[in-house]
Amino acid sequence: MKSTAKMFCAALLVLLGFLLPQAAAAMTPDEALAVLGDRSSSFEQKKEAFDVIGDSKENWSQLLIESAQKGELFFDKKKHDVYAKVGDNYFKVKGGEAFSGKSRDLKRVSVNNSIRESLHLILAMRTLSDQSIPEDRRIESAHALIGNVSQEDASKLQLLRDLYITTDPDLSEMLTYVIASADLNDEDPKIRNGAMHILSGFRSPLLLQKLGDIAEHDADVSNRVYAEKQAAGLRSSQSFYSGLETVYFGISLGSVLVLAAIGLTITFGVMGVINMAHGELMMIGAYTVYVIQQCMPSYPGLALIISIPAAFCVSGLTGIIIERTVIQHLYGRPLETLLATFGISLLLQQLVRSIFTALNRNVVIPDFMSGAIKINEFFSVTYNRLYIILFCLAVFFTLRWILQHSRLGLEVRSVSQNRAMARNMGVRSGRVNALTFGLGSGIAGLAGVALSQLTNVGPNLGQNYIVDSFLVVVFGGAGNIWGTMVGGMVLGVANKVLEPMAGAMLAKIFILVGVIIFIQKRPRGLFPQHGRSVEG
Amino acid sequence: MVTSLLKKDRGGFSVLGAVWIFVLLLIAGNAFFQDGSAFYVGSNTITLFGKYLCYALLAVSLDLIWGYLGILSLGHAAFFGLGGYVMGMYLMRQIGARGVYGNPELPDFMVFLNWHELPWYWYGVNHFWFAAIMILLVPGALAFIFGFFAFRSRVGGVYLSIITQSLTFALALAFFRNETGFGGNNGLTDFKDILGFSLASDTTRDVLLFLSALALTFGYLLCRYLMRSRLGKVTIAIRDAESRTRFMGYRVEYFKLAIFTVAAMLAGIAGALYVPQVGIINPGEFNPINSIEIVIWVAVGGRASLYGAIVGAILVNYAKTVFTGIFPDGWLYALGLIFVLVTLFLPKGIVGIIGMIRAKRAERKALAEADAGRQAAAEAEPAAAAEASPKEA
Repeated sequence: MKSTAKMFCAALLVLLGFLLPQAAAAMTPDEALAVLGDRSSSFEQKKEAFDVIGDSKENWSQLLIESAQKGELFFDKKKHDVYAKVGDNYFKVKGGEAFSGKSRDLKRVSVNNSIRESLHLILAMRTLSDQSIPEDRRIESAHALIGNVSQEDASKLQLLRDLYITTDPDLSEMLTYVIASADLNDEDPKIRNGAMHILSGFRSPLLLQKLGDIAEHDADVSNRVYAEKQAAGLRSSQSFYSGLETVYFGISLGSVLVLAAIGLTITFGVMGVINMAHGELMMIGAYTVYVIQQCMPSYPGLALIISIPAAFCVSGLTGIIIERTVIQHLYGRPLETLLATFGISLLLQQLVRSIFTALNRNVVIPDFMSGAIKINEFFSVTYNRLYIILFCLAVFFTLRWILQHSRLGLEVRSVSQNRAMARNMGVRSGRVNALTFGLGSGIAGLAGVALSQLTNVGPNLGQNYIVDSFLVVVFGGAGNIWGTMVGGMVLGVANKVLEPMAGAMLAKIFILVGVIIFIQKRPRGLFPQHGRSVEG
Repeated sequence: MVTSLLKKDRGGFSVLGAVWIFVLLLIAGNAFFQDGSAFYVGSNTITLFGKYLCYALLAVSLDLIWGYLGILSLGHAAFFGLGGYVMGMYLMRQIGARGVYGNPELPDFMVFLNWHELPWYWYGVNHFWFAAIMILLVPGALAFIFGFFAFRSRVGGVYLSIITQSLTFALALAFFRNETGFGGNNGLTDFKDILGFSLASDTTRDVLLFLSALALTFGYLLCRYLMRSRLGKVTIAIRDAESRTRFMGYRVEYFKLAIFTVAAMLAGIAGALYVPQVGIINPGEFNPINSIEIVIWVAVGGRASLYGAIVGAILVNYAKTVFTGIFPDGWLYALGLIFVLVTLFLPKGIVGIIGMIRAKRAERKALAEADAGRQAAAEAEPAAAAEASPKEA
């Protein structure tokens, strides 16, 4: 008798189990909310509740799903209301009132891994099906799904793909990849093979991993061979693009070095002055960006563009003042100018410390500087590096034009080749010196603008770059701006190539030692300067 | 020989004499008087002055290559640091099992890094004699190798200055790495004793100060001896006209190499004496700024006089101690101004002022004599004026 009762109960439970999803599907969003607010709900019930809320069009559903995914969804133990945590405050999900009770009454809505995954999917589905969201963001969210969906979920995506096939073909293609990535787990080897064929147009590190899995474990031999072939192709393209990325990083580092060194090479080449305060002139340029941004806080981008000419003028004027007060008394004594300008660099550093304190200042990076162009899954071109490279090229060619085609350039070149002769021909060499030094210093200011976008703006900014930029000048050959360009790029790329192999510090040491050895072979750099001033 | 070296060197004699009198007074004040007495000298003052004297020796060694050879090394602190590190290694090994981890073989930082045996380059430094040889050899060898290649390929002037700077920067980076095996960022510290004498005791400090003064005197006399010898004459010739000296048949690079290596060894000795007195050595010593500061000591004191370097090093560092005490932010302003003003107005440094005053006085004296002569001549026979004129010239 007892056993019959037990069996009956079991049968009832089984029946209930079948019926429950049906019942849940009929749940209204408000009921689902109540399930979440009840501490006795099981994980299965909560999952159902989230599904219901995810499918609903209630205005609070997005907030709830998002907070749940971040683990910031709470419920009131007494009143069973559900709250979302925003910043440090709690707001009722439905209605939006702030939480007024005691915070110990709030308990986190606990979720397990399976719920977390389904939340992820729900969010992605919501984003994907919302046509008011821009297409690239939807593509992004589809992309995140690759390899992360089960076949069951993928079938839901089929519908969306067919829907978008005419309106948003790119998104539709991405969804095809998502579905194919789910099909890689199919039982039928033919479907797996078909999925691999579809995915052959898609490159991603995740896919590579998946293909590697298939190549090793797949039951079907032809699939294994095919996967291996695909994986090999992907691997070679991955290493190609990572090489490309290294070169890109190297060129952008090289651009910074060129910007920092090119002003130095002018002052040294033309005037025989080693300007140790060059780094501090860069620092002044970077602080100019900071000050201008403080003056117009709501337009950081415009401020950055204004600060390009402003930094040139501020640093250039500082340079002219330095030249007129100190350096002009020291011509012909390069080692003494080195000491005097080092003193000036200490003064400028301390001056900045007195005005702006020793703390690093926060320079806003405008929107157009952040982000990247995605070439493919393995390689994307970040805007800030791209702009630095372009900026460097612009400065370089402008400078070259000035030196080759302007009156000042002509005079500068004549003074650097033969000062006495130039003076006899009526070139006012004192004025040329001051202007050249101003030009070199102004370019240091421009380098400072670039650096403000890459590193912290602080009193030590210049010091960190001075050794490197001297190295570039010496390596390229002082006084030759092409030498500086080549030298900077070579050192930048070499640094980035060595870095992954040896670590940042060791790479730097290798570069330093490499340049020291190089100087033994070519004591005047890659492109030695010709002319009489060389022997001075 | 010492007396003959100092006989015609009034500047060196008075500077060294002043240093010795001061050192002996300090030691006497520390050793024979108790705390509270008006003559008592605290042990901090002893180590502070010991530090100055190490800097002075370092400055003398830089003056040897900058003042007499014309090489502006912006990496001279590298040799100082290397000497210091060798001494630091010896002192580190003397700690033995008294470290935090109590490992008798490995210094604390190696235990911390989970190393199991001593790297090969740490072998032997537990013997003082070995460390003492290494203090000379390590900086000397680096200077020899670096100088051999640099001078052979005639790297000179500003280029040499910059690659010496790169050298010390590369060393700084290398010593900052934990894997290099010299304590990384923290360097070597927590020393206990040297040759069995506790570093904390006053007597040891007095002895170290005495030894620093002795080393300074020895270094000064050696440099002076070298520069008064024929070698020194060639050295100065190289400074003033390198090509001409080469054309006369001298192998310029060998002379440069010899002087450069000697200077590096002296810097190493200075570093080795510096470390036990200060109690720490870390990669910050290799910072390029430190090397440039040495240059300014020499510039302030006066190049190419050797004793000027001593004056400069002690004065600038004393000023630094005073300034950073009363007005910390002001020190960099002061240092920066010193750089600018000294290069602009005092190309021969403080020692040069004395020279200038002496020259002025001699000139005035000559003028006065000439005036007197002229007056006498006007009163006496015209022929007497002709006699006075050579004096005037």
